[in-house]
Amino acid sequence: MNGRLRWRKFVSNFMLTMTGLCALIAVSVLFFILGYLVFHGGASISWNFFTKLPAPVGETGGGMANAILGSAKLLFLASLFGVPIGFFGAIYLAEFSGSTTAFIVRYAADLLNGVPSIVIGIFAYSLLVLPFKHFSTLAGGCALGLMMIPITLRSTEEFLRSVPGALREGAMALGASKWRTIATVIVPAAYRGILTAVLLAFARVAGETAPLLFTAFGNRFWSPGWNQPTASLPVMIFTYAIAPYEDWHRQAWAAGLVLLGLILVINIVARGILSRGISVPR
Amino acid sequence: MEASVRPALSVNLPPTTVTNAPSRDAQAALTMRMTVSKVNFFYGSKQSLFDINLGIATNKVTALIGPSGCGKSTLLRTLNRMHETVRHARLEGEILLDGQNILHQDVTAHRRRVGMVFQRPNPFPKSIFDNVAYGLKINGSKIPIAEAVEKSLRHAALWDEVKDHLHKSAYELSGGQQQRLCIARALAVEPEVLLLDEPCSALDPISTAKIEELLVQLKDLCTISIVTHNMQQAARVSDFTAFLLTGQLIEFSPTPQLFTTPGDPRTEAYITGRFG
Repeated sequence: MNGRLRWRKFVSNFMLTMTGLCALIAVSVLFFILGYLVFHGGASISWNFFTKLPAPVGETGGGMANAILGSAKLLFLASLFGVPIGFFGAIYLAEFSGSTTAFIVRYAADLLNGVPSIVIGIFAYSLLVLPFKHFSTLAGGCALGLMMIPITLRSTEEFLRSVPGALREGAMALGASKWRTIATVIVPAAYRGILTAVLLAFARVAGETAPLLFTAFGNRFWSPGWNQPTASLPVMIFTYAIAPYEDWHRQAWAAGLVLLGLILVINIVARGILSRGISVPR
Repeated sequence: MEASVRPALSVNLPPTTVTNAPSRDAQAALTMRMTVSKVNFFYGSKQSLFDINLGIATNKVTALIGPSGCGKSTLLRTLNRMHETVRHARLEGEILLDGQNILHQDVTAHRRRVGMVFQRPNPFPKSIFDNVAYGLKINGSKIPIAEAVEKSLRHAALWDEVKDHLHKSAYELSGGQQQRLCIARALAVEPEVLLLDEPCSALDPISTAKIEELLVQLKDLCTISIVTHNMQQAARVSDFTAFLLTGQLIEFSPTPQLFTTPGDPRTEAYITGRFG
């Protein structure tokens, strides 16, 4: 009896340690990556990094100002294109569609979500690069936007569905039409979740490299307008990391750090916004 | 109502009038705000209301009682056409509000005239003020909103409790306060009829007492119909009571009569607690 009790206690402690350890590893990976980036790239982060163009091959120094602006433009375009489609599609899915339509749309969105990003890149390449015979910010932004659609759509739908039906009834019983109910009660009740979903999609595509390789391509100079190839942080990291120059490696690390920092800041700001206002208790 | 109960009444009343107007002496002073006639209701192929005829008297409280699944909530929901939010729901028959068939009216306009309070308090994730103002805002009301909000909250006996924190979240209120907030929200658009679907089933006894007290006061303001599974509650607050069983209206009488001298053996069995 005593032996069995001891065994049980051992199993209990063992499992506690195991699960705790796994949780610790999950958390520490982030800090490990962050630490690694700071260690290798921290030194290269300077005012120049944010304001200067890349230095010509063979020279040290220079920055990634064009890549930072390029990434910002690409992400702006992607959000402009992907977020509204995903958002309104989700509203249709959650509030209007029948179960068969919903099933088809949902399934298609999940498949689209699973399409390798390089394939999305080829798609945008054949559609927006080949006909115009040059790479462009536009093509890159659209490729990223395409990737944002399913992520925004599926998670927005989940959050809309989690709004209690009683709120819909309450609004409709007061004489609100269906769209009015959605616009004034359902979406406000779910907006934190929706915002989180959008930011998640944003963060996800912010680091995408593959779809940009042959859409936005890359550029060692400024890229005015939307119609020319542009540099972006992920592609810059890729190019610099595989180059044979020690200085470029350091800059690639620094770019990685900037990218991660950007996503971190977006996350923190979003959480700040989310903690305000009134939410539906669960 | 059976002939044996009130022989004096049933002599010259045709059967439809019996269910439409609970009693003859009461009828003299009564006008019917709403009239339900020959209503059959289906969820898909399943029929859940059978040939319902019923009058909702103006400025009175009409209670709908019966065991779970008897169709009392369904009947109540048809009165402001909330049944239309359910897929495959189908209604046959006629429901009149002030003599006009509600099924031919614009549904949003109709719901402004017939408000509804639900089983569980369902305030919106907004401030107390915005909750009450919601109906006014969406209807583009011209009247000053702040005054209307105060008036509605006073009517719902909630003003004194919330007047100092109107801009706090509605979820900071207790369950009973939330339900009174929902009543205030419904009252703000000045409906002619207020429907309540088991409004106290999620509340404690003290909150329930407050709401019951409130209903009696609200009679002067609008016509009330309440669904309840609590027979004592029906007896306390209502003027007329309809007893439903398996989708059929078994008996519809003035409340004291239904509870003291029920005309149908099934009504008697239910109110004496033999089933349900």
